[in-house]
Amino acid sequence: MTGTVPDAGVRGLSREGIAGRLAADLRDGYLVNLGVGIPLLVPRFIPPDAEVILHAENGVLGLGPAPPPGQEDPDLTDAGKQPITLISGAAIVDSAMSFAIVRGGHLDVTVLGALQVSETGDLANWYVPGRNPAVGGAMDLVAGAREVWAVMEHTDRAGRPKLVRRCTFPLTGRGVVTRVYTDLAVFHVADGQLRLKECAPGVPPAAIRERTAARYAEDL
Amino acid sequence: MIDKFREDVMTALDAVPSGASLAVGGFGSSGRPDTLLDALCDLDRRDLHLIVNNVGGDFTGVGRLLVERRIRRLTASFPVLPEFYDEYFAGRVEFELVPQGTLAERLRAGGAGIPAFYTPASAGTMLSDGTFTLRYAGDGGPAEYLPQREVRDFGGREHVLEYGIVADFGLVRAYQGDRKGNLRFHLSARNFNPVAGMSGRRVFAEVQQLLEVDELQPDDIHLPGVFVDDVLLASEASPKQATPAERS
Repeated sequence: MTGTVPDAGVRGLSREGIAGRLAADLRDGYLVNLGVGIPLLVPRFIPPDAEVILHAENGVLGLGPAPPPGQEDPDLTDAGKQPITLISGAAIVDSAMSFAIVRGGHLDVTVLGALQVSETGDLANWYVPGRNPAVGGAMDLVAGAREVWAVMEHTDRAGRPKLVRRCTFPLTGRGVVTRVYTDLAVFHVADGQLRLKECAPGVPPAAIRERTAARYAEDL
Repeated sequence: MIDKFREDVMTALDAVPSGASLAVGGFGSSGRPDTLLDALCDLDRRDLHLIVNNVGGDFTGVGRLLVERRIRRLTASFPVLPEFYDEYFAGRVEFELVPQGTLAERLRAGGAGIPAFYTPASAGTMLSDGTFTLRYAGDGGPAEYLPQREVRDFGGREHVLEYGIVADFGLVRAYQGDRKGNLRFHLSARNFNPVAGMSGRRVFAEVQQLLEVDELQPDDIHLPGVFVDDVLLASEASPKQATPAERS
């Protein structure tokens, strides 16, 4: 499943392409939390000159790559409960300290998948009514991180815009998103307003306009 | 001489009555006190209020309590197990859904003498506005909602009032513990264990290694024995490997 939209003629970035575009904006020294889905593709694209520390909600500061088969430690997992390794200089804290780091403004960026983002930066990503509700750390992360970067396909599988005037799914946080990375574009949210900052290669601004329900300013 | 080590898990856990509230450490199966949870099942305790981040992905640990229908209320951020939701939607288990960081801080605060605190997490969402279903009626409709949170503005942002949790009991699992109850955890198995140990009025710790006093250096103790009442040996039959189905 790539990021193409149903209409002919507009081909956006692949999931890896979106992750790579986002990774290019990570800066040396950032502490970053990555959600599930496309965000988990980000580490392989982090620029070699940027040392980025990855945070996991269960108290890991300095996640490394997955261990080789047979070397998994059941006492060393990420927030998705998958086996991990630690980078040099890593630290382990308890859950209260882990979220003190998040809420206290010490986490530079949280990167999360999204069901919808509104034109004022509301985020919906935790619950589809009718399914099984679970929130994990999403609400703490969006309330506490200095930057909230939502990453998603520009439209859903039926071709409906995911950048909307008002979210119809239950909110994770109100006015929390600072950037949106999709297969078609990069948006920033400034002063409560969505701004189109960049189109993906070969994607004309008009194609983005057609596939976006949210109102936004063009700030290319 | 203080000696908190107890040989027999069943005799020690007999102090936990049906109906009790229990703060439980662990993140999925990582650092979860399965020896203690199994003892509650074997002792046939029921109507329990479990405060724990996840149920887990299988029928061990908290999952065993769930499928044996011993849980009256679950306070958690990410239950995972599909059978939990079957029980919830059928009205047999109450579900207090709490953001993960709020849950950790509520446990810490309860043990630290802080009755309540404000946090920005969940402001403006259905977990604070009184629309999330705590309990379903038998006919599938909502019978009771999570209470609406008090809201207050700090620095131009909305914050919600959350209450500290003082549980009747705390159940934790540690890598090492000594006879005074001092505990040391291993890597990310630490997670909720220190705060579950702070929250409980009486705290049971299962340890993988029992040490003599002074074998743990003062600087290396993650949870001091002042929070711990009973130290027991973990049964190494406890499954520790995470399953791919577990997500958070």
